Amino acid sequence: MREGELRVVRAGALTTVQDLGRPGHAALGVPRSGALDQPAHRLANRLVGNPPGAATLETTLTGVCVRTSRAAVFAVTGAPAAVRAEGRPAAWASAVHLPAGGTLEVGAPTSGLRSYVAVGGGVTPQPVLGSRSRDLLSGLGPPPLADGDTLPVGAPCGPPLHTDLAWCQAPPSELVLPVLLGPREDWFTSEALRTLASAGFSVSSRSNRIALRTEGPPLERAVRRELPSEAMVVGAVQVPTDGRPVVFLADCPTTGGYPVIGVVPESGLAAAAQAVPGTAVRFVPTSRHRARLLSSRSQRGACYPR
Amino acid sequence: MRLLPVGENSLLVELDTAQEAQSWYVELLRSRREGSLSAVQDIVPGDRTVLLYGVSGPPSALAALRAELGHWSPPGIVADSGPLVEIPVRYDGADLGEVARIWGVTPQEVARVHSGVEHRVAFCGFAPGFAYMTGLGEEHHTPRHAAPRTSVPAGSVALAGPYTGIYPRSSPGGWQLIGATSVNLWDLEREPPALLTPGTRVRFLPCGSPASRPAGTEGRQGRGERGQP
Repeated sequence: MREGELRVVRAGALTTVQDLGRPGHAALGVPRSGALDQPAHRLANRLVGNPPGAATLETTLTGVCVRTSRAAVFAVTGAPAAVRAEGRPAAWASAVHLPAGGTLEVGAPTSGLRSYVAVGGGVTPQPVLGSRSRDLLSGLGPPPLADGDTLPVGAPCGPPLHTDLAWCQAPPSELVLPVLLGPREDWFTSEALRTLASAGFSVSSRSNRIALRTEGPPLERAVRRELPSEAMVVGAVQVPTDGRPVVFLADCPTTGGYPVIGVVPESGLAAAAQAVPGTAVRFVPTSRHRARLLSSRSQRGACYPR
Repeated sequence: MRLLPVGENSLLVELDTAQEAQSWYVELLRSRREGSLSAVQDIVPGDRTVLLYGVSGPPSALAALRAELGHWSPPGIVADSGPLVEIPVRYDGADLGEVARIWGVTPQEVARVHSGVEHRVAFCGFAPGFAYMTGLGEEHHTPRHAAPRTSVPAGSVALAGPYTGIYPRSSPGGWQLIGATSVNLWDLEREPPALLTPGTRVRFLPCGSPASRPAGTEGRQGRGERGQP
């Protein structure tokens, strides 16, 4: 089948193209980027027969509406939202077939924050350093969608997945983040470590693809000198001068000058991607052994593991 | 040297000095080229650290890497090793006068000192292609502005702490601007796209005559995040 295109009828508040990101260039100052809710991105691709690295649309808060130039199969995952195909209600987290010229409308999420829209063949704007992800920190990759844009779509790669029910975890009503302490937990007082493990935090409205910021009691430092800049990882819980922990997400900077008290394993970050501002947050210091168990369990999960 | 675990599968090598960190980075890259660090996804230098980001394989792979690194003692960097990049600079930045005052010299002397030493890219960050270059002596370290400018033009050559940096594109910034260059620091048509990669030696070539200007205070905003240029 020849290549097609999507026309953006309604871009929504923030819709970006995302894939698995561009790891491997951090030494040049290039963030990893990529879909924030990776299990949702992977499931959407699986439902339409794409490989996991095909690019999807990541919507934020208000959904998106696209029209396809050719008959194509779509799937919407991530934050649950009303899906309409050709104006009629269609299934969420399931393959949806549209004829040439058909429109797919994804509404505002009923819970959670980010829905993912996959199309058979994936959207195929020009990759940058091996990825089509939009990196909002650096401005790499295709710009956020605007009304009237067109996006190229690749040739379909495989048959859609036939399933009546894809198992998906609901967006969290309370965000529980496992944390592996270090590398700089010794820069904090023992009281701060107790506070991190026991206090209630909440998701700040200043959160974005770069970081999930929190509100709550400040964490006090034991070491007051400046930290020489060091490399950051996705999932790092950095504590800036105001003492409120910040969880770094996919578009985070590659180096930083504030101490990292701990790191949330990748398997915990999909839930962070769906936590709306105001959601309660708890940090649970975890052993590396336990974190490995959680990760391997989530990798074994059916379709949409967390 | 200390080895600090980071998350599930990364390791931070912490050294006592920036020079040691740069030697370790060079040695780690050499080792990877020879195929012995193939399990490491990314090697990312910092000021006194090198991160081994994403060690694939079972937990024993990380433990084995830790054990191996414990025996390492990389040789110091040979002064003239690493590729050399020459960057023409007009020393006429908005903060040249202020830097001259901090150093206790004339603006012309700032340009002479800055272009008279060889700099070296210690690490990158802040933006793709933004390099933190060391080379200035301790007496020429420069505090950053308490409040960053809302916009610093692309190509600005700037100082903060022990570092020289060049803004690859226009962005907010709190570093002291001493000059400007028209060299393209980030070009996706180039491999790698960054002109200044860690380990690169840099010489600044003065072009045009340095103008003396009063310290600029325009365009500043409230407190920025420390650690950002």
